[in-house]
This record gives sequence, structure tokens and C-alpha cells, in this order.
Amino acid sequence: MSLEPLVWAGGAGGSLPTDADLLIHHAHVLDPQAGIDAPWDVLVRGGEIVEIGAPGSVEAGPGVEVVDGHGLHLFPGFVDPHVHLRTPGQEHKEDLESGTRAAAAGGYCAVVAMPNTSPVVDSASLLGSLRATASRMARIPVGFTAAITRGLEGDELTEMAELRAAGAVGFTDDGKPVTSAGVLRKAIQYQRLCGGVIALHEEDPTLSAGGSMREGAVSARLGIAGIPWLSESTMVARDAAIAGHEGGRVHFQHLSCVASIDALREAKARGFRVSGEASPHHLLLTHDAVRGLDTSMKMNPPLGFEEDRQALIDGLRDGTIECIATDHAPHAPDEKAVPFEQAPMGATGLEAAFAAVYSELVRPGILSLATVIERLTAGAALMELETPTIVVGERANLALVDLEREWTVGENGYESRSDNCCFHGRRFHGRVLMTVADGGVAYRERSFAVHAA
Amino acid sequence: MKHLLSIEDLDRETIERLCDRAASFAEVADRPIKKVPALRGRTVLNLFYESSTRTRSSFELAAKRLSADVVNFAASGSSVEKGESLRDTVQTLAAHRPDAIVVRTPWAGASQLITNWTDAAIVNAGDGQHEHPTQALLDVYTLRARLGSLDGLDVWIVGDVRHSRVARSLVLALQTMGASVTVCGPPTLIPQDFSVLGCEVRYSLDEMHQADVVYALRMQRERMKQAWVPSLREYASVYQIDSRRLGPRQLLMHPGPVNRGVELAGDVVDGPRSLILDQVRAGVLVRMAVLYEVLAGAAPASAPRPTGPAATDGSDNRTELHPA
Repeated sequence: MSLEPLVWAGGAGGSLPTDADLLIHHAHVLDPQAGIDAPWDVLVRGGEIVEIGAPGSVEAGPGVEVVDGHGLHLFPGFVDPHVHLRTPGQEHKEDLESGTRAAAAGGYCAVVAMPNTSPVVDSASLLGSLRATASRMARIPVGFTAAITRGLEGDELTEMAELRAAGAVGFTDDGKPVTSAGVLRKAIQYQRLCGGVIALHEEDPTLSAGGSMREGAVSARLGIAGIPWLSESTMVARDAAIAGHEGGRVHFQHLSCVASIDALREAKARGFRVSGEASPHHLLLTHDAVRGLDTSMKMNPPLGFEEDRQALIDGLRDGTIECIATDHAPHAPDEKAVPFEQAPMGATGLEAAFAAVYSELVRPGILSLATVIERLTAGAALMELETPTIVVGERANLALVDLEREWTVGENGYESRSDNCCFHGRRFHGRVLMTVADGGVAYRERSFAVHAA
Repeated sequence: MKHLLSIEDLDRETIERLCDRAASFAEVADRPIKKVPALRGRTVLNLFYESSTRTRSSFELAAKRLSADVVNFAASGSSVEKGESLRDTVQTLAAHRPDAIVVRTPWAGASQLITNWTDAAIVNAGDGQHEHPTQALLDVYTLRARLGSLDGLDVWIVGDVRHSRVARSLVLALQTMGASVTVCGPPTLIPQDFSVLGCEVRYSLDEMHQADVVYALRMQRERMKQAWVPSLREYASVYQIDSRRLGPRQLLMHPGPVNRGVELAGDVVDGPRSLILDQVRAGVLVRMAVLYEVLAGAAPASAPRPTGPAATDGSDNRTELHPA
């Protein structure tokens, strides 16, 4: 089976350079995995980290770009295990180039794309052509997941072994639940043959059908059909039990309520191989944000109550929830410029994710910066990918960030093709100035100058 | 008042002003020529995405009695069926420069959204299950006309609260006017947390004898298929307002159209305690007042007093009713 699940235009034979020569000096380097949290000089030659030394001690050498890191932070590049790049079929929302450009602008050095495209990624041939396209267009490495069931219909399993051999990182019907417990059980059994994490969008359609937002006081006032939180948590509990019974490896996507987190915590306590993710919007916003009926606030699962938000933060802090994932879900402006109930679910998130979480959770002292950085990179391991780390001998995967720099989300437009960002117009601290992905400079903030030595 | 979108935007003073103005229009309906020139030369567009007979025709009558030109646009048989978006439809119609657009849609917040796409005054004639403000205003008007004041009044709203935009507007309007409100219906048809609107929630009619006014909501047949209630027969046996349940001093209201034998027994519909036809009559008057308010009476200080229309015979005093 393929052991090279990530693909991009910087890969073998690709058009993007992957041999950056770069000295970032005096930046505060924070890499929880490597145990670094201090100012260092970091030298990259040929796309590889070759030297980490005391501030001011490392020589750039000829032909090396020198970046003055005074007052800046250098993190390992972030990894998002859950994005929608809308290719194939919905390139008017996003394509592999614009989506990965948006990711790079947010400090991401790798993302994992969902298969709910049009057509659905449910065959090896389609996956193959998608990977071929990514090898020309993707600005950072992308992993592709394949569907669990054909056409996301929830009935028949995809050819999981063949998909896996063709490079599928894992399997998910994201956007929809696998409603049938029997079908999901078979998928988890089949995982013993083919491997690959099974990622689940949890929702009981008999409870959620017709709903456009979280059921509660706000939906009651607005007269909008609500989705009760137990639509998610009952399915998390059910599927954790199936995973435990079969010994399978299951990941729960975009958790949004107290009871789901409790179910995840309990499953872990029993030793089940389960993990979970939280999105920046569920960590920062509640159903109160829907009062104005801004369609950028419409997503699935919907924004929850304040106690859900607090439970997500607690879960992230204590590690019950391993990672932050954006669920970046672009929709074209015309598609969102409709009444709330008519609008498609989803918000973009890649470009503002770090700044949002940093500004609202780290600066007020709710979470430590180290925890947030760890959770922004931990998605890699959950998808069985290598976690970016700032260690000599590793490929350079870096995010250079000015934590003091304030900016307004969307002030200069977006790298994404779509603008349905739920943080649009918010003023945040923390600007990504440069992203290095697999040894190549994937993004530079336009006002950020570098100097050749 | 530039638009009428939600009862939430109206304070007691504004509701009273609208009711007073509606009262001043009452006399117009008794004239041989039922018109005042208040909105002569103005264009009112009725944009209806849902079928509606009474609301649409009552807005149309209201506009015509104020001498406005009226254009009706129904979504069925139009470009909407060819896939045109709400935004494109509104912008296309707005190019004809209507002064007001009366809009009904099946989507919450749509009338608010439309204010971004046109300069016309927007009157919400029902947006999904969110609000139906002119219905609530005509209900307040009807009660005020009958009782003088709503202060301390105890009103029970009975039936399918979940799917009712009328209920949401009415709870807010009645409370603003000093009444206390109880909603009552099958637990499946009252949304979780509905008491955030400030009303009480009950599931049985046992205590209904305390009400001064009983307001029954329409029960739609399709709710059974979606399993909201087991059967209309059971619904009627538990929640139907009949002469046995309606006390002799209690007033009865209903937004129409009535399902006789379901939410209301026939005898109470036609009974002496029924205000249902008063509500229908009030519909045109209140909608005249609303159209007048958004088109002619934006600023209360400079607007002509509501005595205006009553003082005119329909041919003179036009300048007074037609501020620049």
C-alpha cells in the first residue's frame, strides 16, 4: 500500500520549489513536540532544517534569505485534518489551488480534504485523477479521504482496500452521518484489512431533519426549525460503542456539545481507539451569533450553547479533544446571499483559525499558547501522517507569526475563492507572515519583507 | 418607521399610534367612495412567495383605499419557478421603483434581508415561522377596540405554536401592550424554550378558564403525516375550543382560515363571543395605517395627525395628507 498519502505541486516533478534557503533569526521558537520554547536561530538549507542555534549565533551563508525574527514567533506548520476543497465538481466555491493557498495563508503546511465532492470520491480512479490534479495545483501537501459508502448514500461500502492502495488517507462520509449502525460496523471491520482512520460526521437525521440551527432559546424566538444537540451525541455514543466492540480506529469530527465530549471521554476511559476534533467556530461562537441570521453562521453541526463551548475548551485543554480542525467549508457568495433557511451549511476558516483561537482563547489566558500549537498540529497524527516539528534533519514545515499584529478578518479579501468566513470583520491579534511547507515557502504576507544575505 | 419587519422593533407608543391611525381610517370603509388620497402616486408591490388570499387582498385593499397603485407579484407562474433567486427577483422588481414592498416568504428573516437590496420600505407580511407583525397589530387593534385597553388582560394562545409566525408576533405584541400570555398546545407543537418570549407554556386547557381571551391557531392537516400529533381527532378532543370549554365572558379570536371542527367548533366561530370577523375588518384598517406610517408618516412629529383622513371627504385637503 502507498505510504505517500500527501500530494502537492511541490512533490517529485512538481513545479513549486521545495529547497528554501532561509535563516530565521531571533524568533521565539515554540514547538511542544520538540520541547522548544525559547528564542533560537533556525537555518533551513535546501528545504531541510540544518541548524538550530542560540540567537544571533547562526551564519546565513551565501544565497540564504535572512528573516529578522525579533518579536516574532516560529511554530511548526499547522495541519488541518478536515477541510473541503470542493474539487472535483464545485470549483466555483474552491479549487485545489485557492483552497491550499488559503491554508498556507493561515499557517498550515498540510490539509486533509473531504470526499463529499461532486462526484463523490468513492472510486480509486477518481481518487487517482484528483491526486494527479493536486500534484499540479496544490500549494501545500494535501491528503485525500475517500467515502465510506458509495455516493455517501450510507448503503454500500466503497472499495476501501483499493482506495487505500490508491492513496486514501482515511474514510469519511463527512457532511452526512453513516445512519445505519450495521453498515458502519462493516466498515470498521473492513478497516482491519485496509487500515485508514474512519472519520465520522455524527448526526441522527431523524432528530435533525429540517433543522437549520441549534434547537434552543434562539431558534424558538426566530421560528427556525432546530437541531437538538442529542442528534450528535447519541450517534457519538453509538459509534464509540461499535468502534470499541470491533477494536476499530474512529475519529469524531467537529464535536459540538457537552454530551458528545462526555461520550468521547468515556470511550477513551474504556480504552477504545477514538479521537475527536473541535472547530474554531464551535470554540468561539454560540447560537447567539445566529440571531442576526447571517448565513456565514449557518453550519453543521450548528453553533451550540455557551456550556457546549466551555466543554469544548475544557476537552481541548485536557486532551479529550486532540485537535483543532477548521471544517473549512467554502460556498460562493450567491449561494449564501439567500434567506438563512435556504442557505447551505458551512463557513470558511483556514485563514483566520489561528488568529481567532489565539485572540479569544490564548490572550485571555484560557488556554496556553503551547496547547493551542499542539492541537493545531495534532491532526497529522490522527490521520497517521507525520507531525511537523522543528528539529534538525527534518523537512522545514514552519509558520512564522507576529502575535502582536492586529488585523481585521477579510480586510484585504480572502485567498479562498469564497468569503463565507464566520469571523468576517472581527479584529484579531496574530498574523501569519510566512508559511513553509515541506521545505518550500508556500506563503508570504504581502507587507512582510525578507532580505537576501 | 422606515420598515415593518418585526414586532420586536415596535414600542408601545408606536403600536398605539398605529392603532389610533387605523381607527381614524375606519370611517373610510363606510363611505360610498372608499378612498383617501394619502398615498396617491405611490406604488405598493405585493411580493408573495406563499399562497395567501386574505393577507394579500387586505394589503391590496389597504393600498387602494389610500389611492396607491398596487402591483401583485406571485411567485408561482413567475421567474421564481425558473430558478431566479430572491435577490435577483427583488432587484428586478425594485428597478421599477416601488415605494413599498409587502413581502411574504417561507423563510425567517427574508424581509429583513430584502432591505439590503432595495430602497423601498419593506413590510413583512409573514417570514417563515418567524413573524407576521401586521396580524399581531390587527389583533391588538381588535382587542383595543373591544376592551379599550390590554393592560392586565390574560390571553391564551392555543394550538400549533411551533409552526406559527402569528404566535411569535402576537406574544410579543400583547406583552408590549400590557397583557400576559399563555401558550398552550401539544408538547410536540410548542418549541423547546419557547418561554424565552416571556409567556407561560401549558400543555392542557385545564386552567383556561382564567383567560379573558382565547386565541386559537390554525391546525394544519399535514402536521399529522409528520407525526407531530397522532390524529386530528385526538387533537380536537384535547384542544378544540367549543362552547363547553369557552366561558361566557371569554372572547374568541383566530387568525383564519378556520378549520371548523378541528381547532374550533362551529358554534363558537359564529357565537357572540367571537371576534373573528372584527379581526378581518381590522386587517384592512391596520394595513392602511402601516402603509401610511412607512410611506407618509415616517417621523411622527412632522406627519399629519390621524384626524387627517377622517377630516377629508376624499377630494379636498390633499396637501395635508400628502406631505412632501
